[in-house]
Amino acid sequence: MKKIKAIIASLALFAMFAGTAAQAKVEIQWWHAFGGRLGELLDEQVNKFNASQDKYTVVHTRKGNYSETLNAGIAAFRAGQHPNILMVFEVGTASLMAAKGAYVPMYQLMKDAGQRFNPNGFVSAVSGYYTTTDGKMLSMPYNSSTPVLWVNKDLMKKAGLDPEMDLSTWKKVGNALDAAKAKGIDMPFCTCWHSWVHLENFSAYHNIPFASKSNGFAGLDTELSFNSPVHIKHIQTLGKWAQEGKFKYMGRRNEAGKNFRAGECMLMTESSAGYAGIKKEAKFEFGIRHLPYYGATEAPQNTIIGGSSLWALSGKSKEENKGTAAFLAFLSRTDIQAKWHQDTGYLGVTTAAAKATKKSGFYKSNPGTDLAGIQMMRNKVTQNSKGLRLGSFDQIRGIIDEEMEGVYNGTKTAQVALDSAVKRGNVLLRRFERANK
Amino acid sequence: MEKRVFFKGWWLPALLVAPQLLISFVFFFYPSGQAIWNSLFLPDPFGLKTEFVGLDNFRFLLSDPYYLASFKTTIIFSTAVSVSSMALGLYLAALADRLIKGAGVYQTLLIWPYAIAPAIAGVLWLFMFNGNIGLASYYLKALGYEWNHTLKGDQAMFLVILASSWGRISYNFLFFLAGLQAIPKSIIEAAAIDGASFWKRFGSIVIPLLSPITFFLLVVNIVYAFFDTFGVIHTITSGGPEQSTTILVYKVFSDGFVSQDLGSSAAQSVILLVLVGILTVIQFKYIERKVHY
Repeated sequence: MKKIKAIIASLALFAMFAGTAAQAKVEIQWWHAFGGRLGELLDEQVNKFNASQDKYTVVHTRKGNYSETLNAGIAAFRAGQHPNILMVFEVGTASLMAAKGAYVPMYQLMKDAGQRFNPNGFVSAVSGYYTTTDGKMLSMPYNSSTPVLWVNKDLMKKAGLDPEMDLSTWKKVGNALDAAKAKGIDMPFCTCWHSWVHLENFSAYHNIPFASKSNGFAGLDTELSFNSPVHIKHIQTLGKWAQEGKFKYMGRRNEAGKNFRAGECMLMTESSAGYAGIKKEAKFEFGIRHLPYYGATEAPQNTIIGGSSLWALSGKSKEENKGTAAFLAFLSRTDIQAKWHQDTGYLGVTTAAAKATKKSGFYKSNPGTDLAGIQMMRNKVTQNSKGLRLGSFDQIRGIIDEEMEGVYNGTKTAQVALDSAVKRGNVLLRRFERANK
Repeated sequence: MEKRVFFKGWWLPALLVAPQLLISFVFFFYPSGQAIWNSLFLPDPFGLKTEFVGLDNFRFLLSDPYYLASFKTTIIFSTAVSVSSMALGLYLAALADRLIKGAGVYQTLLIWPYAIAPAIAGVLWLFMFNGNIGLASYYLKALGYEWNHTLKGDQAMFLVILASSWGRISYNFLFFLAGLQAIPKSIIEAAAIDGASFWKRFGSIVIPLLSPITFFLLVVNIVYAFFDTFGVIHTITSGGPEQSTTILVYKVFSDGFVSQDLGSSAAQSVILLVLVGILTVIQFKYIERKVHY
């Protein structure tokens, strides 16, 4: 027994010394969800920061897709092995917010570190998502996008359509799809992120509630309400298109992006951040349009964001928190933000970055890249278009996806599917409310 | 006659069984106890606070139609995997047993897929049936059959059954082959001299003599289909579409680790624990009776 203790003690001592040797620079761990082109751009940012000073080293690790990253972070937190910075997509925001004690709020982190930081420099449509009702910013907006309509102009021509035709309403889109189908286009329409585009943003865009209590902003006792006649009409339309072979379902996340980039899909609804990949891979002429809406409602409201913010997790030393603060402040710098915005198609999350981009003439030489920003900020936000703050929302999205699959494969009507999704989702909201009282 | 050895005193036997007991405790009793304990609580994902809810997690589960549907999915899935992989395993074993030349090569090649981890097998099959680039889905389309397992539940089910059975055929083949080779040639030859055809011999001599192995394999395969197919399902369908391939074990994972609902997940583990207990009892009762030649 004594011998074992001695071995353990010496091992521990060794580990300590090994640790101090490596600690010449303070290491900041960042877990994120970006691979591919976005991962390269993220790596570039980190390298720039590491080269810009000699006190801290930021080490970034990809933990899978958004959900997997969040889950890895939560599991690591339970085990006390969590990173300094965790990327959390907008859907997980409510879960993080409710977990007081798991994170250091952004305003607090910056204050403790003596870091200059101006929360008002962020575009309010973005920062509002991550700010409490009394105006305290909890996490740092990193990448925010909003859904737009992507057009393959070559396929439009092949379908005998004018590639610049009006596609502002779903009715007009429907006509274009009919024409495309008649001309034998295999995949006239496809979409990524079904719930995000066709229910969440759809609600905000048409100024109808997705959930009660200002979509959850005003309290945990919120209830889902995305089974209104307008919602049902839209999902039923998608279901009809799927049955008629005009809309092809490729998966719940952004799988359809592959088909669009390969030039198979004519019209696709996907995040504005699809830009990075499409620009790199598309061998055809593409266009960006505003998300379509239903003409019966007045001019569309605004769309809401998707994407992620960075949370500083708690339980780290003061020294490390200082490094975290320095890195996050670096990321919000105008030059970094402007480059990120132009490279990726994510929104410029600070007003200064958006201005700098405009000044540089980027929007003029890359037509359509400013649409996402305009679409998000075109109107004064309402109770229905501020965003969503719902607990267990990743899981609820899973339920919505499941039910929508039922509509697309023709086993359910939109009415039955959405009623069921609302009912099942509300059960989870009550469970979340109970666990986070 | 059973031979029994008696120890004097208690410390030596205690010492001898201690390692086994320790392992059982660490890997079985402790985690099971934790699962039972956790199933009575509703914790938040980060483990910051927790609330005692009694049997509410079980009530929540049993009122969820998708959980009940998951039982049905599990039964369909495990029956299909066990039956198809055993039937094919037996068929191949019967063929390989009759080989005179090159038996070793055939046997080795037939056992090969068993060495492939379920998750890898899943990716392999997914690759072939991928809607964008898959070879199988391409040919199916050429034949006029629309393949899209991300949307069609029955196709997704078929694919996970196929991928799960594939590696399993080798395992079953191995056991059946050993069983066939253990049957004395003289019995078969005697039957042949009496004029029994191949199928007659197979049906009334080989199958009955293989019954202990068949029962063993049946139990092992069902346990496999219940628990070890996780990797296949995770890589191919993630339980979708519309939970049509969510078997019980996958639901434990997706509710616990994807949805972070640890209370419900623990309750599901407890239900599974009871289920496996029942299966084990049946297995022992049945095999004990059938194991004599």
